[in-house]
Amino acid sequence: MVKINSVKIISLLFFVLSAFYLYTAHQIQVFAFDEGAPFNAKTFPIYLGYAGMFFSGLKIILPDQKPIEVDPTYLEFKKTILLVITMIVYGSTILKVGFFLSTSLFLVFSYYFLGERRWKYIIIFSFPFVAIFMYLLHGVLAVYLRDPLLKYIGIMG
Amino acid sequence: MIEGILIGLKTALSFQNLMMVMIGCFAGTIIGMLPGLGPMTAIALMIPITYGFDPATGLILMAGVYYGAVFGGSTSSILINAPGVPGTVATSFDGYPMAQQGKAGKALAIAAYSSFAGGTISAIFLLIAAPSLSKVSLSFRSPDYFGLMILGLTAVAAFSSKGNFLKAMMMCVLGLMLASVGQDTLSDIPRFTFNTMNLSDGISFVLVVMATFAMSEALTIIIKGNDPSKAAKQISLTDLGSIKVNKEETKQMAVTIPRSSILGFIVGVLPGAGATIASFLAYGMERNFVKSEEKEKFGKGSVQGLSAPETANNAACSGSFVPLLTLGIPGSGTTAVMLGALLGFGIQPGPRLYETNPEIFWSVIMSMYIGMVVLLILNLPLIPYIARILAVPRTFLIPMILFFSVTGIYLMSFNNFDIFLMIGIAVLATVLRLYDFPMPPLILAFVLGGLMEENLRRSLLISDGSWSFLWNRPLTACIMITILLIVFWQIFSSYRSLKR
Repeated sequence: MVKINSVKIISLLFFVLSAFYLYTAHQIQVFAFDEGAPFNAKTFPIYLGYAGMFFSGLKIILPDQKPIEVDPTYLEFKKTILLVITMIVYGSTILKVGFFLSTSLFLVFSYYFLGERRWKYIIIFSFPFVAIFMYLLHGVLAVYLRDPLLKYIGIMG
Repeated sequence: MIEGILIGLKTALSFQNLMMVMIGCFAGTIIGMLPGLGPMTAIALMIPITYGFDPATGLILMAGVYYGAVFGGSTSSILINAPGVPGTVATSFDGYPMAQQGKAGKALAIAAYSSFAGGTISAIFLLIAAPSLSKVSLSFRSPDYFGLMILGLTAVAAFSSKGNFLKAMMMCVLGLMLASVGQDTLSDIPRFTFNTMNLSDGISFVLVVMATFAMSEALTIIIKGNDPSKAAKQISLTDLGSIKVNKEETKQMAVTIPRSSILGFIVGVLPGAGATIASFLAYGMERNFVKSEEKEKFGKGSVQGLSAPETANNAACSGSFVPLLTLGIPGSGTTAVMLGALLGFGIQPGPRLYETNPEIFWSVIMSMYIGMVVLLILNLPLIPYIARILAVPRTFLIPMILFFSVTGIYLMSFNNFDIFLMIGIAVLATVLRLYDFPMPPLILAFVLGGLMEENLRRSLLISDGSWSFLWNRPLTACIMITILLIVFWQIFSSYRSLKR
């Protein structure tokens, strides 16, 4: 009897993903003259789909050598989710707001969410830190940094 | 060969490249020292910076980072019993007890001298082995390369899976699936793009490396809630004691270093084995070789117990460059990251690299040696100061890693989609890490995906669709037999442990 655990569930999801991948691989439109060729654009993906189903299928069927169960009480879900949300907001704003402000605010919020309360260090390692980083990248190494806000103010060319 | 060495020395000793080795070693030491962050993360964080340089300089910087990170990993193993990289776990067996006895400085010095000696001996082996192997590998054909790539993936899966081969193979397949996204290289037919322009060029290698290593490592540290700064309080990081090594200790090291170097280099050359296995094997071998009274000291602060794994892990680092430079096939996750970066520069490592880009081939080999010297001369005296970085709280460390990861992708594409994709892959990788799904096979497969498909395409076209190319040539047949042996060995060991 196969015992259900988290690894088995992940393997099942991987099996479904592989099946979907295989289905999508079969849908790839190849050129008419390539259809009967020994190798075309969908050959390799088709083999990959089967390989994924094979390995994940074995993982589901075979008993676990060392079953791993992660105790959720030891996991810091709140901090991790907050950090991921902060990253998503950072990713959404970096082009519109600009590198300086979005990065500095991302760092401020991340430090705070991770439990840092020493505001002196939070400030030092956000706004001035990003300014120095930008100077090194944009000013010294001549790497282009898009920042509409600083451009509007007239700090960046 | 002498001419090649001179070309390499000329390139590696230019002011810019010398600076890159120093910066690389220094940055690598700092990153490698931080628990949870290894050479792969260190190199991944450097990739966006290297694209601003010429290929030789970029690769020299990465080689410096690699060595620095391995050295940094040893430092955290010895000082806080928290190996920064798996390759330095064995170092902590005797290094940490030595540090607890108030001899942290001495332990660090022994580690540095052993690393230097192991690296030097293996760099000489590399000088001899790489050109010869390059000439041999010129006779390799597409079926052999295809077989070698499967061998590399199978071996990495076997060695990095900690007893769970199937999980590692699933990660290999996932890596290959990610690599297949985008336009087909030959026909330009879009595959798995779901009509999104953002995916038509495929998924960036830097994105996948950053997401699966730097970002997911940072997220794993947070979700697991393990605070490295708590462990850092165990030993005083301001008073490490003397770094002098006495005559008797030097004698002991002189016996250990040659045999551990040879073992480390050989293990490093084998696909998938790498520094971790080399260091454990060297530790075990040394324990069997020493006298019974010295054997008693193992695990309690033995000089030879510390010297052996440190020598072997550095020797293995050099060894792992042999398949990368001569066959274009990385033998480990770290060299896979470097291969990806090389491909980004438009350089295809392999037997022809020796002829087409001798300055890259030789300068990388020479810079490895210069890196060793830099580590010994610069980093060892600076260790008391660098060690204080271990006390950096994770509240600052983690956001910095995430910031560098996002910035790396932002600078490359200026595209929100790539940032979101990176976050998505990082979250997925974090969940997979929690359940012990290894990441090195994924990244190796991602890097090799395009090359594998290309070689399979050629092989199948030559053999008119028949799979007989797998056993028609003796070399390909030998490679396939090795693959089967690895697979059967994995099945057998799984069956045996289940029976227990």
